[in-house]
This record gives sequence, structure tokens and C-alpha cells, in this order.
Amino acid sequence: MAIDPVTLMAALIVASTPILLAAIGELVVEKAGVLNLGVEGMMIIGAVSGFAIAVQTGSPTLGFLAAAVGGALLALIFGVLTQFFLSNQVATGLALTLFGLGLSSLIGESISGATPPPVARLNIPGLSEMPVLGPILFSHTAMVYFSVALVIAVWAVLKFTHVGLVLRAVGENHDAAHALGYKVIRIRLMAILFGGACAGLGGAFFSMVRVPQWTEGMTAGAGWIALALVVFGSWKPGRVMLGAYLFGGITALQLRLQAAGIAIPVELLAMSPYLITIIVLVIMSSGKSRAALNAPAALGKVFHATG
Amino acid sequence: MFKLEKRPSPSKPWILATPILAVILTMIAGGLMFAALGKNPFEAIRIIFWDPLFSQQFAAYSRPQLLVKAGPLILIAIGLSLGFRAGIWNIGAEGQYIMGAIAGASFGLTFYPTESVWVFPGMVIAGALGGWAWAMIPAILKTHFRTNEILVSLLLVYVAEKFLASAAVGFLRNPEGSGFPGSRQLNRIEAFSNPELIANTGMHWGVLLAFISVIAAYILLNKHLVGYQIKLAGQAPRAARFAGVNPTRLILLCMGVSGILAGLAGVFEVTGPAGQISIDFNVGYGFTAIIVAFLGRLHPVGILLAGLLMALTYIGGELAQLMLGIPASAIQAFQGMLLFFLLALDVLSNYRIRMRKEGVA
Repeated sequence: MAIDPVTLMAALIVASTPILLAAIGELVVEKAGVLNLGVEGMMIIGAVSGFAIAVQTGSPTLGFLAAAVGGALLALIFGVLTQFFLSNQVATGLALTLFGLGLSSLIGESISGATPPPVARLNIPGLSEMPVLGPILFSHTAMVYFSVALVIAVWAVLKFTHVGLVLRAVGENHDAAHALGYKVIRIRLMAILFGGACAGLGGAFFSMVRVPQWTEGMTAGAGWIALALVVFGSWKPGRVMLGAYLFGGITALQLRLQAAGIAIPVELLAMSPYLITIIVLVIMSSGKSRAALNAPAALGKVFHATG
Repeated sequence: MFKLEKRPSPSKPWILATPILAVILTMIAGGLMFAALGKNPFEAIRIIFWDPLFSQQFAAYSRPQLLVKAGPLILIAIGLSLGFRAGIWNIGAEGQYIMGAIAGASFGLTFYPTESVWVFPGMVIAGALGGWAWAMIPAILKTHFRTNEILVSLLLVYVAEKFLASAAVGFLRNPEGSGFPGSRQLNRIEAFSNPELIANTGMHWGVLLAFISVIAAYILLNKHLVGYQIKLAGQAPRAARFAGVNPTRLILLCMGVSGILAGLAGVFEVTGPAGQISIDFNVGYGFTAIIVAFLGRLHPVGILLAGLLMALTYIGGELAQLMLGIPASAIQAFQGMLLFFLLALDVLSNYRIRMRKEGVA
């Protein structure tokens, strides 16, 4: 069985989108100086809440909206704990993932096996009918284009606007930002909520477009890969997007290789996305690469205003 | 308005009180969750926390289960706590647990059939090495390439799970199992089995080792230079370097010990209570042990108690599933909630709450 490059490329984009959404959200959170390891938990909550609402209302749009709200609500727990109760961010993020996995299977119990309403593909007259490029680029669901627009928006806001400048200042040195009169906690909370909403959308993309089904633990580490992508992209939106598509490419390719019955063991192929993520992380963090230098200086540090 | 004032050192009474307070708050919040599921919250909490130990009907079965479940949790959590204290975050114990079980089972099954008494100790050593080797991957990547150990150790869990699947349907599959996935029943083969040491207690070699590890960790942390270095590295990394603590050695040591203990937990489980390598052999002990380590305040005795409590919620959760039809996943959410409350209450140990006076410049 041959692998058709056109469908492979189209599948690549579909496989990349959920991780891209989650990663761009986490990038904003980390730029504000907060490390939220709960991405996996927020994604799976987004997956189940989006799926549940879409099944009940029959509207994918409402589903995605619910997913964003669900992810943000879970992120709110993280925000309150780390910003007001000054808890350890690593431990709280882990707790978020464990709690999210449990809660999602609890919510999902009654709806597993249901079929979600189909998410329409956008047909762009003229572009969608183009050979090769049409099926690859112009026959996706709106969410795919939204994710790309979101990356551009995040890049522009961080680079060109006052809001972006303040956000980065908070992430680089929260004490200085506080001294200048910026509301560090409020800004970080907003970033955390944004990150949660993005992760929720990413999760819903799994359960409503990519699979589309609800199964327990269906995000299968995508949240962790999104976290790795932020490091891989050295906190730059463009590179994070590149990383997401690279990763999506590997995922799509290994699935096709499995189906094609190639002489590589299926398990090895299934491991490959995780192994390659690790290898990429090693390359990015080793040597004189600037990845580590580009990390927000206050990342993961607890902010406690003494003044 | 409230104002938080950092304490010069964490408050001892609050460190002891917060886990208990967190458990009580979790019972209340969990009760609300059960009520939302349409179950009687009081009955649910009683079934989870009381019935497994004291009910006439179930205690005979569930009491031994307490040690069976607490053993691996304590063993893994003790290892994790050493790293967590030093600021080294091994969160991939689940993967090390799986690899330990596979390594141990593979070692034993290569000698099948056998009656030699030396095979079982060999399996235990192989299991320890399996867990150690799997933990060394993030450790060495951290020490040589400064790669984040949190992400690598976690991603390796997924790799280990795929490897487990390939072992269960491939190289470890029972050749006499009529094609079903899963290895031979190790606990039914005398040379491979990790038996219950005292009848009806749930005590097996792994549980015994868990108790020993609690004592060993206590001595290490309180009487030994390495323990001091671990604590110093966590509290004041810069001071630790001036005091001559070698961070590379510390990372290799903490990751190595936690990998070994997780691997041992895996091999004792696969030769005992679980009985065989199967696709869903792992049940999340490696993740729950993270909660156990924090709930026990990273202190060996605390971990012992927290491990027993967490084991109780597992057994109670199964019972609640049986009696009230509460889904198994509710217990997982319940355990996550416990960690939330604990982390939130930590603020009381580290900070003093003061009322802010209005109008003071």
C-alpha cells in the first residue's frame, strides 16, 4: 500500500492542530512567568466537555465554546492555588492533570459511544478545488484556520502591543513589574485562563474532529508534548507552530506506516512521537543553543508582594 | 483585607495539621461530588473510609488489600520524595514501574520451567535494574544536556506503556495461552511467585521492603550526609554548591534510587497481586505515589501513613463502585482533589495570615 503524500499532508495538519492550540496557550502562560504542567488535564477536560455539549446541543460551535470554558475553569483552580495560595507550580500542575483525567472519565461515563455532530469543513470557492494545495490547505474545519490565526495574533500581541510588553515584563521580573504598578497576579491569572481555554479547544479538536469519539485518556500525552513544544520553540510562536507541524507530521506518518504494514514493529512506530519529542528536547537544551537563555526569567517562581 | 507574611521557617504544627485538614476538606468536597452524582454522600464517605476496615461483611477481604495496595505506593513514594526534596522531579515512576515488571518477568521466564530458588532473587534484581535503567535516561539527559527531567520522565511513561503492550502480545506472551495476550501466570509458578508471607494480611516481600525503605529513608535523611545534601540542595541550591554538593551526583542518585524502588514495586506486583504481564498491568500507582509523597510531606513516616490512606481510598473506591455504582474514575478525581486542598493549605505552613489595617501608610 502506497502512502499518498497529499492525504498525508492534510492528515499532518489535522494531527498538529490540537497540540498547536494547547502549545500556543501554554506559551502565553509561560511568557507571563507561570509554568502550568496541567496542560494534559485541561486538554482532556476540554475534550470531554466539548464532546458532551456538542452531542447534547448538536452544535459543534457550542461544543468548542464549552471546551474553552471547561479548560479555563480547570485552569482557574490552578490560578487560584498558585497565585493566591502561593502553591508550588510543579506540584499544582501535576495535581491538575491527575484531577482532570479523573474528572473527565467521570463526566464521560454517560456519553461514551455517542456520535458527535459532524464538524463542517470550510469550502473556499476557488481555493478548495485546486489540485494538491486544495485538499492539503483549503479543505479543513474552521478550527484549523483559527489555530493559525491564533498563533499570528499571539505573536503580534506579544511583539507589538503594550499588553504584550507588560505580559513579558511580568514574566521576566515580577518584582520590577510590581514596582512599576502592574497587577502581576491579575495579569498572570488572565494568562492562565487563556492557556486553559486554548488547551480546552485543543482537547475538543481531538474528541470532535480528529477521532471523533470520546474515550478515556484519549489525549494520550498530547498535553505533555505541547509543553515540550514550547521549549522546542524557545518560547517563540512561529517556532512553536513549526514544531507542532513537525510533530503532527511524525504522528500522521507513523499511523500511515502502521496501516501500510511496513516491516517496522507497530509498537516502535507508536512510540516514535514520544521518542522524537525527547530527542528534540535534548537537542534544544544541549550545547550553546539559545533555547534555555530565551526562557522567561521568572518562569515557575512564586510571586509574593511584600510591599 | 488579608495579608500574607512569610514565616522565617515553616510552621511545625501547621505542617502536621494540613494533611488532616486537607483530608477533611476533601471528604466534604468529595461528598458534594457524590451528591451531584445522585448518591448519598454520607453513605459514600462511610463506604470509602470506614467499611473496608470495620464492616463485618467486607473487612475480611479488604483489610489485607490495604497492605497490598499501600506497599507499591509507599515504595515508589519514598523514592520520589528524595528527589522532590532536592528539587529533582521524577514524575515518570509509572514507566519505571512498568519496565521493572517487564525486566523481572523476562528474567524469570527465560528459565521456565524451573524450580531453582535462585530465580526469584534474580527476578527482583532484574526488576530493580529495569526501573533504574529507565530512570537513568532522564537523569543522564539532565546531567549531560540539561534536558528537563519532568518532560522526559513523563514522556517515557507512554513509551513504556507501548513497550508493555508489545511484551504482552509479543515476546512475553504465554505460548500456552491459546493466543490471548498476557504472559504466564507468574504467581502460580512457585519459582516465580511473590507469595503472601503471613496468611490473610496481604503482607508480601514488596510490602516488607516498603517498610524497610521507610526506615532507611528516615535514617538517610536524618543521620547521613547524603540526606543533608538532599535537603540542602532543595532549600538552597546555591549554598549547596558552595558546601561542595555535586549536583550531577545528586541527580543520578535521586533518580536512580527512585527508579530502583519503582522497578522493585513493579516486579513484586507482577509476581504477586497482579500475577502476570498484561496490557493493562499498570494501574497508575506511579502517579498516585506523587500524591502520596506530597500528602506525606515528603517525610518517610508521613509517606507511610499517606500510603495507607491512599490505599484505603482505592479499596473504598472499589467498594463504592460495587455498592453504590460510583464510577471508578470518581476516586481518581477524589485523589486529585486531595492534592489540591493540601497544596492550598500549605500556605498556612509557610505564611502567617494577618489582617491588613486600613489607612496605614
